[in-house]
Amino acid sequence: MQSRFLPYLLILPVTLFLAVFFIYPFLLVSMQAFTKDGAYSLQNFREVFGYWKFPISLKNTLLLTAIVVPVQLALSLLMATMVNKMQRGREITLYIWTIPLGISDLAAGIIWLAIFEQSGFLNSMLNGLGLIDRPSGWLTYEHPGVVFAAIALAEIWRATAIMLVILVAGIGLIPKEYYEAAEVFGASPWKRFLKITLPLLRPSLQTALILRVILAFEVFAVVEALGGTLFPVLMGETYAYQFDLQNSNAAAAVALVILAISIAFTLLILRVLRVPKGARI
Amino acid sequence: MTATATNAATAPDARKAGRFVFGASIVLLCAWVLVPIYFLLINTLSSPESVNSFPKSAWPEFDLGSLTFFANFQGILQAMKNSVLVAALTMALSIGIGAPAGYALSRFDFPGKAAFRLLVLMTRAFPLPLLALPLAVLFIRTGLDDTVLGLALVHTTLAVPFAVLITFSLFSGIPVELEEAAWTLGCTRFTAFTKVVLPLILPGIVASAIFAFVISWNEVFAAAVLTIENRTLTAFLLQNLDTSPIHLKFAGGFILVMPALIFIFAVRKYLFAMWGIANR
Repeated sequence: MQSRFLPYLLILPVTLFLAVFFIYPFLLVSMQAFTKDGAYSLQNFREVFGYWKFPISLKNTLLLTAIVVPVQLALSLLMATMVNKMQRGREITLYIWTIPLGISDLAAGIIWLAIFEQSGFLNSMLNGLGLIDRPSGWLTYEHPGVVFAAIALAEIWRATAIMLVILVAGIGLIPKEYYEAAEVFGASPWKRFLKITLPLLRPSLQTALILRVILAFEVFAVVEALGGTLFPVLMGETYAYQFDLQNSNAAAAVALVILAISIAFTLLILRVLRVPKGARI
Repeated sequence: MTATATNAATAPDARKAGRFVFGASIVLLCAWVLVPIYFLLINTLSSPESVNSFPKSAWPEFDLGSLTFFANFQGILQAMKNSVLVAALTMALSIGIGAPAGYALSRFDFPGKAAFRLLVLMTRAFPLPLLALPLAVLFIRTGLDDTVLGLALVHTTLAVPFAVLITFSLFSGIPVELEEAAWTLGCTRFTAFTKVVLPLILPGIVASAIFAFVISWNEVFAAAVLTIENRTLTAFLLQNLDTSPIHLKFAGGFILVMPALIFIFAVRKYLFAMWGIANR
């Protein structure tokens, strides 16, 4: 009897917890988004979509994701293959490269603020090189490109580590024999990467991309620290609705939009990078 | 003849050059991670006057002015205390309810196992901090609003899927035969667990607990939505971004980063093992 019921007893606390704090709030937020003054209505969405900032924040969020995620993918693949080849200093290199994993998005934003602010290190260096006499304010409406670049750099700096860890773990699972066989047949390192590493890394690439893309749609504190109102994003709009405008129904509507985009992209990534059954290592 | 001779001469050169490029890229990528943190360190260890002046020096002054200003700023110490409390509670909650589930996943085959795994994995496909919005309303009704416990519950939602998957992979690494041997020697399931499995797994559990702590310590959005008086450090810094002097921001950022450096160092051995299996 005991071992038949024991597993259920063991998973019960988490299941209950997730039911109360994951599934139930998810239903609540959907209901909130579709009600106005106590009745079912699409008014919240009309209000949110009609606000002039909405298209801009949607565009900004998607654009930032489109720029940041591919760069991170390439960078983390490069770093993972480099780590795999290293003979000496592997451990210390991995430690340094994974430091940003523990750094919050707010702290990352503040770190890059130290570089880009008016009396910051970018201006100091440009001054040291004799390129400018007076510090210029980079994070202002006059330099939208620099604001975007600063946010993108901070995101790339902060969140490449999470992909790196997943990919390094994934590469570690690929049997060495495949590489040895390929080497015997004279495959170049580039060929080996394309024909062995990439296909066998699919499950890890899938996880890394899903995790990263969802985090990218949630981008918030980095933007608040660096761009503030200069670069509106969806999560910032949610926050503004909840706090500054005290309109939690509209906040819920924006939240549902973010959720919908996240789920759509998760399904897309699952489909594009699907792993055939039996092809798993 | 001459062609082969030059080939033989250039091959070692090319290899040497390749190795140099390889090493240089590694150093460059390390600098890419470390230099921005160093800049923050310079700002933190300089007086408020020099943080606001131009141009910046490349070396810290080792002046504690900014940090003293930070420590004396109204509400900061309370916010730090709240951050630690919420993170500690998140850590305890997520390991407390996550580890049993991880053990169940690694040791038993039972109907509904696949569905349970799906539920845990599904949480990853959701922007979880958003769930703080409906919970804000719910918490006001139940009296959990603006409390350490309320925020810790939301942070546990973020951390518990990782706790389940990580402990699952840790338990899977311990052969079930060890436990069975203990049973034949007179242990019950429970004492076999506490006397045989637990000592082997403890360092891994500690690593995943630290991971849960960091998730909570770093979380910004839910913390800012759910707290007003009892703000955590991240919420405090976020809500004062527009008004606070920059030396306060930098000192605050540095205090946020410090535990991260230590924690990542402490769990570095487990980082890849945890992710490798949690993936599948």
